[in-house]
Amino acid sequence: MTTIEMTVDGVRYQDEVEPRLLLVHYLRDRLGLGGTPIGCDTSNCGACTVQVDGVSAKSCTMLTVQADGSEIITIQGLAKDGRLHAVQQAFHDEHALQCGYCTPGMIMAAVDLLRENPDPSDQEIRDGLEGNLCRCTGYQNIVRAVHSAATTEARS
Amino acid sequence: MIPASFEYRRPSTVDEAVQALVGGDAKVLAGGQSLLPLLRLRLAFPDLLVDVGRVESMRGVRDDGEHLVIGAVTTHHGVVTDPLIAQHCPLLAQATSTVADPAVRHRGTFGGALSHADPAGDLPAVALALDAEFEIAGPTGRRTVAASEFFVDYLQTAVGAGEVLVSVRVPKLGAGWASHYEKFHRVAQAWAIVGVAAIVRRDGDSIAEARIGLTNMGSTPLRASATESALAGAALHDGGVTAATDRASEGTDPPSDLGGAADYRRHLVKVLTRRAVLAAAGS
Repeated sequence: MTTIEMTVDGVRYQDEVEPRLLLVHYLRDRLGLGGTPIGCDTSNCGACTVQVDGVSAKSCTMLTVQADGSEIITIQGLAKDGRLHAVQQAFHDEHALQCGYCTPGMIMAAVDLLRENPDPSDQEIRDGLEGNLCRCTGYQNIVRAVHSAATTEARS
Repeated sequence: MIPASFEYRRPSTVDEAVQALVGGDAKVLAGGQSLLPLLRLRLAFPDLLVDVGRVESMRGVRDDGEHLVIGAVTTHHGVVTDPLIAQHCPLLAQATSTVADPAVRHRGTFGGALSHADPAGDLPAVALALDAEFEIAGPTGRRTVAASEFFVDYLQTAVGAGEVLVSVRVPKLGAGWASHYEKFHRVAQAWAIVGVAAIVRRDGDSIAEARIGLTNMGSTPLRASATESALAGAALHDGGVTAATDRASEGTDPPSDLGGAADYRRHLVKVLTRRAVLAAAGS
């Protein structure tokens, strides 16, 4: 067992974990943060995307021990004071989900994209989200939602 | 799936890493973007993982006169956004920007991808075309291996048991040199069916010199030597380049798999080499 410390959605945790424990399993099974789903489990689909120290990472392809000392933000840590994050609100408003399984990862990847590029073109949005798959193929509305979030964030 | 159990150590210096690697069935972990999928599928089940991800001396890009030295645990994102690489070796940034997707590029490392040595990976062919040099640390000290000796076979490199890749030296491309990486794949974030890294020096309306690295045309990255020789002095506009790039499949041994049959790849490599050379030459 290895001792780790990390902040997840603003809460500090100290824990003993097996080195083989994947970050996504730690978040879901130990911390009970089921908002981050496991999709393909092969690092293709991006459903499990979280922020690690400010940048996106696929939590199924990271050991919990690698995140020791890090600050993690999951989909459950995006809303502030009961208000949805601009990207969450835009996904809601633009109906950017069908079954919703890819949505947490899609939103985390979109947040990362807008951090680097606050005013992306359609093509830049598609490139930025290339690691996230929507098997309902609802990409049109996802791209629309990211544009909408970019506009909202630019105003605020 | 859940990986098989292993011990885990996280050294903070290269010396500690080498000491940690002694004995047992150990694997070096950097970003883990190639290794963790293998562990999860239980295609690999080492006793020990030595995590070099926090060895600070192995991170970052520095200017070393005629060369750039790139620390092995510099992330792909770090390579894509590095100002020295943008200035002196844009080929590396361009090729790296095609690797996987943004989240994987945040964690995956330059040295990790090269040590993994997947012949379908983009960076081995680029390193080979650049005549990169690999600094490897082990129990008897450090040694430098040329790119032509580094890639030994499918997923195998000159990095031996108990050793770790520390950094990679790439030459700065001087005035007159230009480059392009041409990758052919079917869907976003897929592996290259074939990829071509071209570095050329133009002399008026012809090519003076060229170096060509090939992705996924054999069990290791390959140089298109026949094409390189034929390109020296080839005119850009009267079919000289095409005659040279039509030789790009010579000496290759491409795989047949779901991405394409070997003869398809032999055809594709000629087309992509022509595109890469012309794009690099700005023509």
